[in-house]
Amino acid sequence: MSYSDYSEGTPVFDKAAPDGPIETRWERRKFSVKLVNPANKRKVKIIVVGTGLAGGAAAATLGEAGYHVTSFCYQDSPRRAHSIAAQGGINAAKNYRNDGDSVYRLFYDTVKGGDYRSRESNVHRLAEISRQIIDQCVAQGVPFAREYGGLLDTRSFGGVQVSRTFYARGQTGQQLLLGAYQALERQVNAGTVTMYPRHEMLELIVVEGRARGVVVRDMITGEIESHLADAVVLATGGYGNVFYLSTNAKGCNVTASWRAHRKGALFANPCFTQIHPTCIPVSGDHQSKLTLMSESLRNDGRVWVPKQIGDSRDPREIPHEERDYFLERKYPSFGNLVPRDVASRAAKEVCDEKRGVGPSGLGVYLDFDDAIQRLGRKAVEAKYGNLFEMYERITGENPYEVPMRIFPAVHYTMGGLWVDYDLQSTIPGLYVAGEANFSDHGANRLGASALMQGLSDGYFVLPVTIGDYLASNKLPEVAPDAPEVVEAEKAVTDRIESLLSINGSRTVDSFHRELGHIMWDYCGMERTEDGLRKALELIPELRREFWNNVKIPGTGAELNQSLEKAGRVADFLELGELMCLDALHRKESCGGHFRGESQTEDGEAQRDDENFSYAAAWEYTGRGSAPVLHKEELLFEYVHPTQRSYK
Amino acid sequence: MKVNLRVWRQHDAVDKGRMVEYVVEDASEDMSFLELLDVLNEKLILSGEEPVAFDHDCREGICGTCSMVVDGHPHGPEKATTVCQLHMRKFNDGATITVEPFRAGAFPVIKDLVVDRGAFDKIIQAGGYISANTGSAPEAHSTPVPKANADRSFAAANCIGCGACVAACPNGSASLFLGAKLTHLGEMPQGQPERWERVVNMVETHDDAGFGGCTNTGACATACPKEIPLDVISQLNHDYLKATVGGRRKKA
Ligand SMILES: Cc1cc2nc3c(=O)[nH]c(=O)nc-3n(C[C@H](O)[C@H](O)[C@H](O)COP(=O)(O)OP(=O)(O)OC[C@H]3O[C@@H](n4cnc5c(N)ncnc54)[C@H](O)[C@@H]3O)c2cc1C
Ligand code: SF4
Ligand code: FES
Repeated sequence: MSYSDYSEGTPVFDKAAPDGPIETRWERRKFSVKLVNPANKRKVKIIVVGTGLAGGAAAATLGEAGYHVTSFCYQDSPRRAHSIAAQGGINAAKNYRNDGDSVYRLFYDTVKGGDYRSRESNVHRLAEISRQIIDQCVAQGVPFAREYGGLLDTRSFGGVQVSRTFYARGQTGQQLLLGAYQALERQVNAGTVTMYPRHEMLELIVVEGRARGVVVRDMITGEIESHLADAVVLATGGYGNVFYLSTNAKGCNVTASWRAHRKGALFANPCFTQIHPTCIPVSGDHQSKLTLMSESLRNDGRVWVPKQIGDSRDPREIPHEERDYFLERKYPSFGNLVPRDVASRAAKEVCDEKRGVGPSGLGVYLDFDDAIQRLGRKAVEAKYGNLFEMYERITGENPYEVPMRIFPAVHYTMGGLWVDYDLQSTIPGLYVAGEANFSDHGANRLGASALMQGLSDGYFVLPVTIGDYLASNKLPEVAPDAPEVVEAEKAVTDRIESLLSINGSRTVDSFHRELGHIMWDYCGMERTEDGLRKALELIPELRREFWNNVKIPGTGAELNQSLEKAGRVADFLELGELMCLDALHRKESCGGHFRGESQTEDGEAQRDDENFSYAAAWEYTGRGSAPVLHKEELLFEYVHPTQRSYK
Repeated sequence: MKVNLRVWRQHDAVDKGRMVEYVVEDASEDMSFLELLDVLNEKLILSGEEPVAFDHDCREGICGTCSMVVDGHPHGPEKATTVCQLHMRKFNDGATITVEPFRAGAFPVIKDLVVDRGAFDKIIQAGGYISANTGSAPEAHSTPVPKANADRSFAAANCIGCGACVAACPNGSASLFLGAKLTHLGEMPQGQPERWERVVNMVETHDDAGFGGCTNTGACATACPKEIPLDVISQLNHDYLKATVGGRRKKA
């Protein structure tokens, strides 16, 4: 039976969310949870993998509550988690501008922005909590941008009509993460959290159906260690690096989630990925990652390509009439400010028509000439100076003089491990937070909403819901030599040994790049039945070659960066296949998932609510073997689905 | 373009280490310095040698993971630029480039260019935070912060914890890093209650971790990729004196 002959299993339900009026669901859930006796908390052990906004916030808060927390990250310090790179800002329904914002509006915008593929209960809770997040971060000393009166400044972001995005220059993620990191280190000092940097989780330990620990590798000594606990939290980030080139940090990976998936956790909507329109184009085969240029540039920059195919003149010599400002032409009312997916696809289209610019032809201009004429160079510099510098550092071109070149790049993954309202996966005792879960953004995430979700999950949701699990279940101690523990450790050592023993003739990176090309070509901005079927042939072939021909120097008993990468790429080679299958089975277009066969007459995404108003949660059945699909039907009681239009 | 590399190779913490020469014939101007090392490493792997180990993650100048001394400068010769953002067009064709780890008593080498900067986390544990348990925060607008303080706080909070200041300092002092955190928190009204306790505890931990004392050479600020201003060290000294000699710090 081939991989794409998946079968459909029983539907999956979110049993944790209360029903009734949406405004009080979270309040009622909080009231219904069982509480852990404060005196017992220090005897309860919780493992938190990941120290980004979600994991850092969760570990700090659980430590403050008195639990005994063990935390892991692969970087040399928890402060370096990928959340640090977020630039633009964080949304919150504070309505400080008095511009008509409210919890309900943020809820509404997020459900609509997600193209009606997220769960209303979760999104409403997120919008409620958004306000507390800002309070918490300010109390920690996060230096948000302020106005002259000393109050917090906000800006509008990502195509919404209210100004609800709080920011710290272009470094919001950094400042929020340092807040969480400092709270975490405070708990390390207090003795409630034990921190293990440079430790990579390579296996989940499941005992009697419950998540009870992890197997990690000490990345310096190579030692394989098991850590046991009463519950496990994965906050291990997104899997955009399956495309090799993305805006993610080099180490971002799917391994923690994938190991849990292999042990029974369902993986939901893997094909929902976000492609960001304003990134610096690829400059050559050596390219190792892509750099995002903040979306805010589209507020003043105009996007264009030459009207004429093959027009290789210096852009400054191309007169206005011979330029195609294609976003303004196609979307007169939103113009350059259309949502990310729409802008990305439009850029791809003009490049497909061979009108792309730059050495590779994969780029479009983002031009500030008009803005400089209108506002003056000084004003443009004040707004975007640091971004222009960054652009010049990377490309060697001065954007005050020559238009920037941009191209879409993989940026964020909406899919992830399936969780219920409590953020619990289908493995009892395994909780998933932040970008690693699938919960709040549906088929497309709005700008400045990932930071909000990570902190909401970590500071406010998980610490409440995990307590309910811990108080309601008897969790007998697991012996360090229990068969499940020994087996999980052995799986890790066996895998490392088999990787090291291949000693073939290709590097890990060469496999990763090739996988990235397959994913980008067939499961990128536009997906078609034929392309996806092709990818589903290519990926298993590549995977077979990987397991026969990869070359990893060194041993497992030392710092070995090739070995680290090999483990991650091995998992990407399985995930990629599932993403293509998910994309193939979802015959509609929605959000970031654009199926060539499902478009309106004028080329816009065509959703199919009748057949696809569900989250697709996949069950693992073995490497390369057809998975089982479990559907979670989505109900829209408050925000009624309409076709998005930005014309 | 072609470049000659002289790279520090050290198998582990106990190995003595040595410089090894490599030639990369097919470098390109558009490469970042780390991409040059990637190209070198691909070749080394295929020829059966171990690749050069180096720390990196975001490759956009914000995570603070990358850390190496290029031609004698931590992060390389380019001003206000981390080594991951340093591009080959800044070097001449045929150049010989020397690459070494960050060196400092408090940053032992783990392998090749990878060092242990765990001491920075210890300094933060000693007080580099504002104690505000989750859920206890008042409404954000209840405490306005004058813009000037917020801006100075932000400029200091910009520190990416990379350790270049320590590597550049002849004494291996982390005063710029320390001063940056103390200024970030000390400029905020929220940071006042713990201000004096914080400075004393952080300085003690700094000294215990094996970092040296500051003699005002200013090499740190020159090397700092985030241009943390030298005046954060004055702030550090000022707060420390006030807390100790000035008796502001009240022992609990
Ligand atoms: C360039 C860029 C800009 C962005 N800008 C914005 C923005 O302006 N606003 C916004 O809202 N969002 C933005 N985002 C998205 C947002 O930054 C992320 O979605 C979010 O920070 C993810 O946080 P997280 O806590 O889930 O995971 P991460 O921050 O990715 O943390 C993952 C953690 O897991 C650890 N880890 C992973 N695997 C393992 C393993 N196997 N073993 C041990 N540890 C492991 C890592 O060490 C790390 O500590 C941006 C993203 C990018 C790439
Ligand atoms: S002060 Fe500058 S050089 Fe020192 S750790 Fe911070 S960013 Fe790096
Ligand atoms: S790799 Fe993140 S700062 Fe250089």
